Amino acid sequence: MAERLSNREGIRGMINPTRYGILRVAYWLQRLSGLGLLAYLIGHIYETSTILNGKTAWANMLSLTETPGGHIVLVIVIGMCVFHTGNGIRVMISEGGKGVGKPGQPEYPYRASSLNSKQRLCIWVSIALAALAMMYGAGVLFGN
Amino acid sequence: MATVTVPEEKKIDESPAAPAEPKPTTITLRISRVNPSENAEAKFEEFKVPVQKWTTVLETILHVKEKLDHSVAVRYSCRQASCGSCGMKINGKPRLACYTKISELESNVVTVEPMNNFQIIRDLAVNFEQLFSTHKKMKPFIINEESEVQPGTKEFIQTPQDLEKFLQFSYCIKCGLCNSACPTMATDKSFVGPQGLAQAYRYTADNRDKGKEDRLKIVDQSHGIWRCHFAGSCSNVCPKGVDPAMAIQLLRGYLLGFRK
Ligand code: HEM
Ligand code: SF4
Ligand code: FES
Repeated sequence: MAERLSNREGIRGMINPTRYGILRVAYWLQRLSGLGLLAYLIGHIYETSTILNGKTAWANMLSLTETPGGHIVLVIVIGMCVFHTGNGIRVMISEGGKGVGKPGQPEYPYRASSLNSKQRLCIWVSIALAALAMMYGAGVLFGN
Repeated sequence: MATVTVPEEKKIDESPAAPAEPKPTTITLRISRVNPSENAEAKFEEFKVPVQKWTTVLETILHVKEKLDHSVAVRYSCRQASCGSCGMKINGKPRLACYTKISELESNVVTVEPMNNFQIIRDLAVNFEQLFSTHKKMKPFIINEESEVQPGTKEFIQTPQDLEKFLQFSYCIKCGLCNSACPTMATDKSFVGPQGLAQAYRYTADNRDKGKEDRLKIVDQSHGIWRCHFAGSCSNVCPKGVDPAMAIQLLRGYLLGFRK
């Protein structure tokens, strides 16, 4: 009752990447890719630790991961890695107060200078680099 | 007695053709109705409202109140984006009802709901207690021992450059749209929020103020400034160009030692 009254938007509102422009999309992708990379790291440690159980255990694991499905997961991991790093660097610089514009007299229609073209460009470059890396990775993994 | 004759060409036309009023179109206004004191679920009520090119969302709600259902609860005052009373969710996004024209929404169906992340009082009216108390916690005043005017003291002189460092943040009308759009606010009920953080910066950046250390201590806590992830949604919706996202990152610059 109390929470319904509070009209808090909740997780569904938090993960909704529409409505508020590209910076909100980048926020959502950073979160998604961060959690994806964490899941991959845990999975990867589990995967490689099977080598401790001997050759057959390792070979069994490889027969699971060295598959088209496994390669698709890796291609996605490459994309997440590149986007997360590129956008992460933008976020770190901005959160230190750099590249977010300079205070001044706001003029109608009041476009916020923190949502400037450099910020948007960095996000698009991170997305483009991630796409290129994914294509290259897919070429290596699926190529012969 | 002298008689004056009006020259022919200056005679006033008795029946001027009135400029044709553009025909109003009709839109459907969907208003979220809820009365938490009756513990009822929110439901939408639909109203047909005539609109012109210049009609604002607030005017359509007032039309409903005047002509169709006077029980709709809505808060407003200035009708000119100055008082910060009429924030609500319009077609899914927080906006000021008095500052949003129906024509800019490009839809014949307009849905109005109470702002998210604020307690609902009734229908579209929400409770601002948390926003105001957080605002006060940021010490929104100049802290300076010498600010009392004594005989022999002079006013503080600021250059236009000094003024520009904080002026835009002082345009905040406390409408709460930023807090309603913020993704951290959506899940964290104790978060200070973009409105409060921007005001902490507004006073800290003022060169008459000496309260920087106090305010940095207030925002440097677990539900404080570090919960901002620079999603920029606050600045995307702010109707006054305050740009809270910029203020927050600049404030964080002090805490991280990148700025003095
Ligand atoms: C060069 C490498 C990396 C950089 C520059 C980087 C940068 C960042 C930054 C700046 C954030 C905070 C974003 C924000 O304030 O919302 C973040 C969040 C996060 N990162 Fe990374 N990161 C890197 C690598 C990784 C790796 C390898 C993992 C996983 C194993 C990872 C997992 C996460 C997670 C889970 C979050 C939290 C997401 C959130 O709360 O929104 N990151 N990263
Ligand atoms: S910062 Fe902008 S959106 Fe937030 S309360 Fe102030 S005027 Fe409203
Ligand atoms: S009625 Fe004052 S801001 Fe809209």
